[in-house]
Amino acid sequence: MTLEFAAVLRSRGFAVQLTVAAGETVAVLGPNGAGKSTLLGVIAGLIRPDSGRARLNERVLFDLGERGGGRWSRPHQRGVSLLAQDALLFPHLSALDNVAFGPRSAGVPRAESDSRARAWLERVDAVDLAGRKPAQLSGGQAQRIAVARALASEPDLLLLDEPMAALDVSVAPALRRMLRDVLRDRSAIIVTHDVLDAFTLADRVVVLEGGRIVDAGPTRHVLERPSTTFAAGLAGLNRLAGTADTESVVTDAGDRLRVRFTEPVAPGVRVAVAVRPALVAIAVEAPASDDPATNVVAGHVIDLETRGDLVRVRSGTLAADVTPGRVADLDVALGTEVWFSFRAEDALAYPQ
Amino acid sequence: MPSRRRPAYAGVPGWVVVVAVVGAAFVVLPLVAMVTRVNWAEFVPLITSESSVDALWLSLRTSLTATALCVLLGVPMAVVLARTDFWGQKILRSLVLLPLVLPPVVGGIALLYTFGRRGLLGQSFEALGVTIAFSTTAVVLAQTFVALPFLVLSLEGALRTVGTRYEAVGATLGARPTTVLRRITLPLVLPALVSGAVLSFARALGEFGATLTFAGSLQGVTRTLPLEIYLQRETDPDAAVALSLVLVVVAVIVVAVAHQAGESNGFRRRASS
Amino acid sequence: MTTRTSAIAATLLTAAVAFTLAACSSSGSGTETPAAETPSATATAPALEGSITVFAAASLKGTFTELADEFEAANPGTTIELNFAGSSDLVTQITEGAPADVFASADEKNMAKLTDAGLIDAAAPVDFATNVLEIAVPPTNPAGIASFADLAKPEVKTVICAAQVPCGAATVTVEQATGVTLTPVSEESSVTDVLGKVTSGEADAGLVYVTDVIAAGDAVEGIEFPESGEAVNTYPIAPITASKSAKLAQAFVDFVTGSVGQGVLADAGFGKR
Repeated sequence: MTLEFAAVLRSRGFAVQLTVAAGETVAVLGPNGAGKSTLLGVIAGLIRPDSGRARLNERVLFDLGERGGGRWSRPHQRGVSLLAQDALLFPHLSALDNVAFGPRSAGVPRAESDSRARAWLERVDAVDLAGRKPAQLSGGQAQRIAVARALASEPDLLLLDEPMAALDVSVAPALRRMLRDVLRDRSAIIVTHDVLDAFTLADRVVVLEGGRIVDAGPTRHVLERPSTTFAAGLAGLNRLAGTADTESVVTDAGDRLRVRFTEPVAPGVRVAVAVRPALVAIAVEAPASDDPATNVVAGHVIDLETRGDLVRVRSGTLAADVTPGRVADLDVALGTEVWFSFRAEDALAYPQ
Repeated sequence: MPSRRRPAYAGVPGWVVVVAVVGAAFVVLPLVAMVTRVNWAEFVPLITSESSVDALWLSLRTSLTATALCVLLGVPMAVVLARTDFWGQKILRSLVLLPLVLPPVVGGIALLYTFGRRGLLGQSFEALGVTIAFSTTAVVLAQTFVALPFLVLSLEGALRTVGTRYEAVGATLGARPTTVLRRITLPLVLPALVSGAVLSFARALGEFGATLTFAGSLQGVTRTLPLEIYLQRETDPDAAVALSLVLVVVAVIVVAVAHQAGESNGFRRRASS
Repeated sequence: MTTRTSAIAATLLTAAVAFTLAACSSSGSGTETPAAETPSATATAPALEGSITVFAAASLKGTFTELADEFEAANPGTTIELNFAGSSDLVTQITEGAPADVFASADEKNMAKLTDAGLIDAAAPVDFATNVLEIAVPPTNPAGIASFADLAKPEVKTVICAAQVPCGAATVTVEQATGVTLTPVSEESSVTDVLGKVTSGEADAGLVYVTDVIAAGDAVEGIEFPESGEAVNTYPIAPITASKSAKLAQAFVDFVTGSVGQGVLADAGFGKR
């Protein structure tokens, strides 16, 4: 186990327990104000919790009792590097000196620090930028050098706070590739809003809401079987909560749905049903066919949103992705009563 | 040489310009009036007389020493005020900045009761064989006392503007607080440190009241340029005017240097954009 | 909008002009007595009224304040405004056009500046007091000073006036007459500063006028020394030629040199002229 962490910060309603295994990358997802940055701040030693304890390998990061007394090691003693949304390269130092800052602070002689820094610049494909000052770098270049700088200090744990959020969409993929490469065998926590980051970079996902962990597990598992509306939204899934019956699920709204169960579930157990919006069709009249394998749910349109070449039609409980032509043909507008239909095999039910 | 950028729209009301011109005239005219009174035929002999040279040299020496002391004491003070949070901090800041608004004579009296022969600390110094009264040290103390707030004020402001984000990054890269201060914080606020030091130097150079009250006035020991000017005025107004002009020139150079230092902090603004 | 602004401006302007005119006429009213041309009217003449401004050396503050009160009491309807400063400061102010009616100097040299400049009639100055130096020491006289020669001892911290100011010039005269060379720790530009150093205990002794010692009360002890007679300082007084209240000015001069004035001056330690 690399990181064992538990902390409470009452003023922010924060109470989180978390572990990160050696070589594991954990993605932290959650809405704004969920406590993601607080989590990183406490681990890095920039924010002091009211109580809790944390160890990184053999090192005690903090061990604070209920009354606030105890051990608290300072940021530079933790072996934890923090990479933020902004590169925050030291403006008065060249790219090379920025990367060499960590080794030099650890007492490595200048020449040795410089050669290590150069090696890291090579790793992030930025050797030709070594002599530049941060003001002469683009956002993507600066963030690459910031990654090199964070890694050059050889941290036991790397913290990334939305490292791609401030970048142009054109440069984000290159940085994501580079991060996937450097994070492969490294213990890291990455805070992100982007489910693609979670899929490509993380082994495991933790969902934070209101300062607590509400869901956790392997990335695919959490995102394909979301247990919260937020996670479902992130994963782009419809999520319907309900109760299992024999062969079917009765949603909280009272609709009976035919579903595919991921595992045998006894009647009466709370379950969630996930359906991709792309697999949901809409009609403005109640479908005539009584195919037992097709579910039909009525609703009033509350939102229409263009997403790429599709339009997402949303009611209070369901969303469907349909073509703009279909929307025009049906003359769908806000308030229109529509019938959503989807096949039983596309509705995945899993216990909560 | 970069060309001057002209904003597309200035939007300064005409009456503001008029009042600004009146204000500028208010500051500049007295200087012009003084220059017109300079006895140019005697100017060089007047400012190169033994007492004048002694005074100028003493002023430069003591002001530089005072500036060094200001940096030595002021940097930690500014860092503590800008980066820590403790009970009574606001009161402490007001007290530290007090010499800015205090009449210098009051400062001199306060110093007298601290470092004077019968003062709070002076008695202990006296016991150790260190006499501060009537010495050049007293001049430096008086100058440091009045100049310190300038450095603390400008540096604290710059530290708050720069913020702690870079420092936090430095710490998570494994740098000890001292390394962070030396390699990140101070380079970031260097322009403010330079301009603060220059302002302190200027204030020390012009210091009069506290020196007169606390240090005394003896050629080559405690009689700085302002004291010499004050004294010369009694008998030789021409010498007083000539020396005043020297002081004005030195002050103008100092202000220009300070302004230049303030301008050259461009990298910080660009980086934060 | 524009109309209203200019209306307000016009009102303000009118008010300002009216005020200025009023001020002029009121200041002139006291001087419009046609009899003013008659040469030095007797002090008992009943026609005295109006206001004059007396510029007097700083050392005369106590005595002249008292004399002004007594003069006003004896001559209802008159007002004596007093302005105290160093004699050379006063000379500069008068030369630059300050509205003085009477000038009382602490020495003949500064009076001579004004007679030379034609601002005071050469025959007008009258000596009205003398003053001699005295040694001022802190209470209990910690350094055990007993004579003028004691001041030259190396372990004694002596503070004197700078040679450029009257009390310093007198000190130099005494030094030359006695052959005793002082090595002061400070040469101050005013008596006040010398006394300040003595009362605070910074200095063991200071050389000031006997009247300053008396005025300082219990804060210092005075030690007379016979050699002080070598430098007797003479105080001259004279009306300013351009005074618009020549009669009142002369009456005040006569009052100072008369019996009441001499009595008050003697009580303060001044010598007879």
